Amino acid sequence: MRRVVFPPTFGGWRAAARPLLEAGIPPADLLFEAASDEQPALHGLGDGAVPAAPPGEAARAAFRVPRRFFELAEAAACHADGERWGLLYRVLWRLTHGEPHLLEVAVDPEVHRLLRMEKAVRREVHKMHAFVRFRAVAADDGEHYVAWFEPAHPVVERAAPFFAERFASMRWSILTPLGCAHWDGASLAITPALPRAAAPGADELEPLWRTYYASTFNPARVRTNAMRAEMPMRYWRNLPEAAQIGELVRGAPARVRRMVENAGLPPELARPPRRSAD
Amino acid sequence: MEIAAKLAILADAAKYDASCASSGAKGRRAGPGGIGSTEGTGICHSYTPDGRCVSLLKILLTNVCVYDCAYCINRRSSDVRRARFTVDEVVSLTLDFYRRNYIEGLFLSSGIIRDPDYTMEQLAAVARTLRRDHGFAGYIHLKAIPGASPELLDEAGRWADRLSLNVELPTQENLDRLAPEKKLVQITGAMGRMRERIHEAKEDAAAKPGRALPAFAPAGQSTQMIVGATDAPDATLLATASELYAGPELRRVYYSAFSPIPHAAGHLPARPAPLVREHRLYQADWLMRFYGFAAGELTTPERPNLDLSLDPKLSWALGNRGRFPVDVNRASKEELLRVPGLGTRNVKRILAARRWHRIRTDDLARLKVPLRRALPFLVTADHTPTLLDAAGLRERAAPSRAQTDLFDLATAAHGEL
Repeated sequence: MRRVVFPPTFGGWRAAARPLLEAGIPPADLLFEAASDEQPALHGLGDGAVPAAPPGEAARAAFRVPRRFFELAEAAACHADGERWGLLYRVLWRLTHGEPHLLEVAVDPEVHRLLRMEKAVRREVHKMHAFVRFRAVAADDGEHYVAWFEPAHPVVERAAPFFAERFASMRWSILTPLGCAHWDGASLAITPALPRAAAPGADELEPLWRTYYASTFNPARVRTNAMRAEMPMRYWRNLPEAAQIGELVRGAPARVRRMVENAGLPPELARPPRRSAD
Repeated sequence: MEIAAKLAILADAAKYDASCASSGAKGRRAGPGGIGSTEGTGICHSYTPDGRCVSLLKILLTNVCVYDCAYCINRRSSDVRRARFTVDEVVSLTLDFYRRNYIEGLFLSSGIIRDPDYTMEQLAAVARTLRRDHGFAGYIHLKAIPGASPELLDEAGRWADRLSLNVELPTQENLDRLAPEKKLVQITGAMGRMRERIHEAKEDAAAKPGRALPAFAPAGQSTQMIVGATDAPDATLLATASELYAGPELRRVYYSAFSPIPHAAGHLPARPAPLVREHRLYQADWLMRFYGFAAGELTTPERPNLDLSLDPKLSWALGNRGRFPVDVNRASKEELLRVPGLGTRNVKRILAARRWHRIRTDDLARLKVPLRRALPFLVTADHTPTLLDAAGLRERAAPSRAQTDLFDLATAAHGEL
């Protein structure tokens, strides 16, 4: 068993995996370990030297990997699961050893697992685009918009270009425990993680936003399960509007009762708000 | 009145419009100094405890209205508090919320003040100011006011991603009873005109180099129907929806279960419509748009309403058992799409995988196909159904009571069947 240590990015894994594949080393002989921040990366080859054999049959086949594999691998690289690197190598091995159509077989257990990782990463990127909340900070040279976000997967770099495009004319920073992204109006920078205390605690627009959130809620159709399926509770502490959810839900039955009384209907005809499981 | 007080009134007044979509307009980018972008798929920035998403700042310009539609909280005879935003107030609010990443953009509607032209002109002024004076490239959905002049609708379409006109009720007879000022022909006439403008703009954009966004409502039109405010059965609602998809080519029809509103009018039905009815209509609508079903297949003259206890595809399959079982390894795409429990994405995966691999039951389980619903209708490499003619099939295939509440999880507006 050979340990392969490399920087924990798609590029790092790719640089490490390529010579191994070319040398025909099967997945069962390898243990992929992403280098942690403290541990300097060994640029690919780990502690066992790879024989410098000329590229053979396997190497030529290695270049005929479907483009879809790279899409999948780039996404899976942003998943938190430590086993992703070994899984990527196993799928790459199979693609280049007799199963070139493997990625079309979504029901294959390894492909399926990779697809699920891709889906989880896509979802986390989407949720980051949705749930980042900027707070304006006055600076000498105009406003700086700063957000604190806690992603479940290391997706900051993957999610950042969206913000650069949408908020190109603003200066902003998104701080997370898995790295930070900054935009100065011209270029994107990715920097190491910062603590929550580095982010501002409030914004003067937030009371208005909370007013909007409370007013657009319809108390006659409470469905908290539907809300939590799309906005899991782990995001709530960083969403300024979420603090009032409990109060809105508790107050809903009385509000519906009042509507019905005002309309002159017998109260038993009002639909009681649905009770959620929680 | 303070801005927060206005916002509370005018957001509350707008929330009975179910539309929240911010999708459909791909790839607009702000120019230098501007702000914003639109994605192909919209983004839901939050969810309220009613399970609905918050994607756009959805407000009325004013809830003052000269009309008297019985189902509407803002009707002339309601004693609800009234407020009115200025154009600049809406523009600032939209930009302030957008910069903080609260929203994808603005959904602006209004009560009818003075006359349709005046109201439409006010809505267009907000959109024009955002686009022209602030370089705003986010999403804008404007309500088109029935009876407004074609020139004003044209201007609205130039600035907006989406335009919508709510038919609210599926027949003129229904409207006569509850919304006497509304005329169905006027609404569908305006939709038809906008369809022409959308087509022209698409052709113009296609003729230009690069991939310019069409200059008129690139995200198309939508509408809404209220469910259960009259005795119109689901068959009527689905037939009207089907005509609106085919004729004016609407992108979406929204269904909104009639629910108690403050200050309700006396001649509305006493009972709110069950939310599950709204959910079944969304499922049926999905079947018409993505699964090849015609409106007329989903109900029968004897049973003009959808079955509340079963999803409409399973209900259809139980009534058409002669068309099953189908073989997951051989059936056409169209046949697979009609199998209960198989969604469009899994059908696509099955079609790709079966070229290289015989599909077995545990493969379907891995794709999270609900086996209880699907297997009675499917042949797999290691399964042949035996219960197609059994009297108890309905009970066996139907979700258990605990699973019935799954509709809580699947937001009605999206999800697979």
